Amino acid sequence: MSTTIETVAGSANTMVLNMGPQHPSTHGVLRVVLELDGEIVLKARPVIGYLHTGIEKNMEAKTYSQAITMTDRIDYLAPLSNNLCYCLAVEKILGIEIPKRAQYIRVLLTEMTRIASHLVWLGTHAIDLGAMSVFLYTFREREEIMKIFEYVSGQRMMTSYFRIGGIALEPPPNWLDHIRRVIDALPAHIDEYEGLLTNNRIWLGRTKGVGIISAEDAIAMGASGPMLRGSGVPYDIRKAFPYSSYEEFDFDVQTQTAGDCFARYQVRVAEIRESIKIVRQAMEKVPAEGPIKATAPGIIAPSREEMKSSIEGLIYHFKIYTEGFAPPPGEVYQAIESPRGELGFFVSSDGSAHPYRVKVRAPSFINLQTLPKLCEGRLIADVVACIGTTDIVLGEVDR
Amino acid sequence: VESKDADKTLVVHQLKAWDAQAVTEVIEFRGETTVVVPREHLLRAAAYLASEPSLHFSFLSDITTVDRFPLEPRFEVNYHLLSLDRKERLRLKVRLGGSDPSVHSVTEIWPTANWHERENYDLMGIRFEGHPELSRILMPDDWEGYPQRKDYPVEGYR
Repeated sequence: MSTTIETVAGSANTMVLNMGPQHPSTHGVLRVVLELDGEIVLKARPVIGYLHTGIEKNMEAKTYSQAITMTDRIDYLAPLSNNLCYCLAVEKILGIEIPKRAQYIRVLLTEMTRIASHLVWLGTHAIDLGAMSVFLYTFREREEIMKIFEYVSGQRMMTSYFRIGGIALEPPPNWLDHIRRVIDALPAHIDEYEGLLTNNRIWLGRTKGVGIISAEDAIAMGASGPMLRGSGVPYDIRKAFPYSSYEEFDFDVQTQTAGDCFARYQVRVAEIRESIKIVRQAMEKVPAEGPIKATAPGIIAPSREEMKSSIEGLIYHFKIYTEGFAPPPGEVYQAIESPRGELGFFVSSDGSAHPYRVKVRAPSFINLQTLPKLCEGRLIADVVACIGTTDIVLGEVDR
Repeated sequence: VESKDADKTLVVHQLKAWDAQAVTEVIEFRGETTVVVPREHLLRAAAYLASEPSLHFSFLSDITTVDRFPLEPRFEVNYHLLSLDRKERLRLKVRLGGSDPSVHSVTEIWPTANWHERENYDLMGIRFEGHPELSRILMPDDWEGYPQRKDYPVEGYR
C-alpha cells in the first residue's frame, strides 16, 4: 500500500492523479494512482488493502464449520460460490462423498449466484459508462434471486447455506416453483439489456477496442474467468476439473477472441444464458426427497430427530458443536469457477479441529493485476471501463 | 502423516529424469501431487516446468506460505501450477528456515507472481530475490511484523 509512484515521464511534464479510494466507479475502496499526460494515462498503479480484514488469519482461530461464515464475506456478491469452494476443499481432506441430491442443489444455487453476480456486474458496469436504466433493470431481477436465497437459506447475502458434508437445511416447500418463475422470466429480460446495449453506439464506442489483453498476456498475468475467456482461452473449471457433478450438465464454455471490454461483456451475458440452461437441468435432476448430508458420524452433525432420540446422536451433536471435528493431516487445493474466475481454497490441516492455514486464491485480486496493462496508453475515461470489466469485488481483493 | 508413493505421475517421473537433484520429496495426498524442491533449484525447476513442451505449466494459480512455527524449517512456500492444455495441476513446495526466509522470485517465468509474492512478503515476511518491487501490498507501508505468521497473535498487538 504505497502512496506515491515513480513517474515514467518525470513530474515536470505529467500530473499524478489519485482515483479513489472513494471514487464511485471503483466499486468499493480501490485506489488507482494515475500518471497523466493530459487525458492520456501513462502509468496506472492499483493500490489495495483498504478492506483487508485478515479473514485468512481469523479462519485459523475458528473450527472448520465456524470458518464457513467467514467465506461469505470474501466475495460478498457470490457468497454461495465461496461456501461451495471451502466446503469442497474440507470435504476433500476428509475424503467424504456428498449425496447426489445435495450436489445438484449446490449446482443449482451456485449457478443462481453466478446469474445474480453477473447482473450486478452488468448493471454497475453500465452505470459507470452512463447507461443508467440498465442498472435499474438488472437490480430488479437480482432482487428476485436474492428473495430465492432468502427463502431457501434464510439470508439474502451471507447465506452460509452449504455446510461441510452437504447443505444446512432441507429446502422449503415449492422452492423450485419460485426458481422456475424467476428463471422463466430471465431470458426476456436479458434480451431487454442486450437491446439497450449490444448495438448501442455509445456502448460500442466505450467498450469496443478498449482494454485489450491478448491470450498470452492474460495467461501470463494469471487472469481467469471471463477475463481469460474474453481473450479466447476456453478454460472453465466446471469443464476442466468438474466438481459437484458438473460433468453431468450440458452447457457450453463461452469465449470471444477480441480480448476487449466488449468481448468480456459478450462472454458474461452469454454465461448468464448458459447458467439458465444449467439451472433448468438441475431443477429436473434434483430428487424431491433424499439425504442432503453425507453420513460421517463425528463429522456431520446428526439430524435433530436423531439427536433427541439416540444417545450417540446426542454425544456427536455435543462434540461437533463444542469441539468441532479433526480431519487427517494434509494439504489440498480446491478450485471452482466462481463468477469472477478461478476461486481456490488451499486448506492445510495439522490434524486438529482448526484449519492450520487457509489461503484464498482470489480471482479478483489476480485479475486486478492486469489493470495497468488494460488502461495504460489510453484515455482516463477508459480507466473506468477497464475497472468495470475486470469485475472486481474489493472484499475478495483485500480479504 | 501424508503418504509417500513417489513416481506415480508422469510429471514427477519427467522432473526426476531431468534432474534428480531438483526433487527431494514427492507427496501424494487425495490425488494431488506435491514436489518438494530445494530452494536453490526452484527457479530452474520452475523454468523447466513452464517451458518444457510436454509439460507446459504455463499458468501459475497461486503462491501460498504455510508457517510451521516453532518447527524448523519454518516456512513452506507452495506454488500451485496449472497446465491449461493438459488440464493438470502440480504443487511445488520449497522449505525455508526461519532465520533466512528468502527464495528467488519467479516473476520472470510467470509475471502473475508479482502480486502473489508481494502478498507473501507482506503477510508472511518471505523475501523474494529479484522481485521488481517487493513492497507491502495489503498492510500499510509502515506496518511492523508479518500478521499471517503463527507467532503473531490473531487479535494483533495492542
